[in-house]
Amino acid sequence: MTRTINLTLKVWRQPAAAAKGRFETLHATNISTDMSFLEMLDVVNEQLTLDGKEPIAFDSDCREGICGQCGAVINGHPHGAEKGTTLCQLHMRHFQNGDTIVVEPFRARAFKLHKDLIIDRSPLDQIIQAGGYISVHTGGAPEANTIPISEDRAELAMDAAACIGCGACVAACPNASAMLFVSAKISHLALLPQGRPEAARRALSMVRKMDELCFGNCSNERECEAECPKEISIANIARMNREYIKAGFFSALK
Amino acid sequence: MNWLTNTLGTSIGKKLMMAVTGLAFIGFLTVHLAGNLTLYGGPDSFNSYAEHLHALGPLVIIFEWGLMLLALVHILTGTFLYFQNLAARPLRYSVNKRGGGRTLGSATMPYTGVLILLFVIFHLANFRFIDASHASLFQVVSGAFAHPLYVGIYVFAMAVVAIHVSHGFWSLFQSLGLNHPKYMPFLRGLGIVVSLIFGLGFGFLPIYISFIA
Ligand code: HEM
Ligand code: FES
Repeated sequence: MTRTINLTLKVWRQPAAAAKGRFETLHATNISTDMSFLEMLDVVNEQLTLDGKEPIAFDSDCREGICGQCGAVINGHPHGAEKGTTLCQLHMRHFQNGDTIVVEPFRARAFKLHKDLIIDRSPLDQIIQAGGYISVHTGGAPEANTIPISEDRAELAMDAAACIGCGACVAACPNASAMLFVSAKISHLALLPQGRPEAARRALSMVRKMDELCFGNCSNERECEAECPKEISIANIARMNREYIKAGFFSALK
Repeated sequence: MNWLTNTLGTSIGKKLMMAVTGLAFIGFLTVHLAGNLTLYGGPDSFNSYAEHLHALGPLVIIFEWGLMLLALVHILTGTFLYFQNLAARPLRYSVNKRGGGRTLGSATMPYTGVLILLFVIFHLANFRFIDASHASLFQVVSGAFAHPLYVGIYVFAMAVVAIHVSHGFWSLFQSLGLNHPKYMPFLRGLGIVVSLIFGLGFGFLPIYISFIA
């Protein structure tokens, strides 16, 4: 049997980047508890459209927790209070009938707001462009087992590579720092032999790019790790710091 | 710019400076506390400790200037980080809940830091930059702690130091990249123990002195 609930939403509405924003109170009625948070917003938007009003603008793509496109701060938690879930995978069964839910965009100076809940996450792409890749010759794929990699190492690299780049770490950090994201991207390459040749250059240029884009500084508050939908560990931040120390003090790069 | 300023000037570089200077202060506090414990031995033991220390002459001066330099780096970098972090989120959240990472210590680092600075100035004015030619250091110290207000200020300040160190201790290892699945839980625990030792060790001294003075 499908259960339905009624909710009051306080949603951040801002028509454009330069416009003034404010909270709007909306009602979500007859919401199936089997719905995801985004599906609930779809239902609200259908009603708004029928009423001739502007629907709530929000981002989404895969809706299965793998693309990193969705995200908003729900009652003070990026992607909501459930651990290890993206907003598209947050289900309405976690809310009670009559709840009031405050929905805000991810806030950081580095993330320009486009409209309502939509932010510009391209600074994260710029950090990747600064060094989050390996350079290889094109051609036929090499035989997979040419370079032996231990199971433990592969697992650590895979844990870091689970980062979907949603920006929740920036949203959760009291300092709006992107260190968890950057450290995951530096780590998954630094842990594998294929990533080693460019490790020093990567660490220096990605960290410098992150600073240039006006993200805050890490003060080891651990809020990012607690809110990350992929539960990326801050052990990656320590690894990034080690990579940075190696690159800054022991490599020939300036 | 040269490679050193390049390396230390980034977000991670600044954290490294905070970590190294913070570690040095923890080292200093450990030695300072060990020395102050001679107060429990009475006036003679404490005065003799002070005499032995001052007998080191220029070494003490070098140490003081070294600490001064470290303090300057820690305070200036900390202040810079604080304002940068504030600017990184111009518009705050209207609802802001903790995910479970923040602690009392981590959330208050800049504020406990400023309080420590104010206390250190007060402390040096009381016990360092004084004319001790007419009285022994023990008399100076016990004279000060005869006032309940002094005792209160010192006990409060030591609680503040304990809070700062409760986060600072493990945080400095994380900043230096020393996070290991086997040792990190131990370092987190040790941070709490060290902050309690500092808080209780220093904090009980003024209370004890005020009773015997
Ligand atoms: C007894 C003296 C002090 C000790 C033992 C101490 C120790 C520490 C330690 C170990 C850290 C952690 C560094 C890291 O996370 O890598 C730290 C951070 C910090 N300290 Fe101090 N400190 C002292 C005095 C001060 C003073 C006087 C100030 C400022 C007026 C200050 C401001 C800060 C700030 C703002 C941070 C956080 C930096 C960040 O993570 O962004 N501290 N301190
Ligand atoms: S829409 Fe792809 S992760 Fe949520």
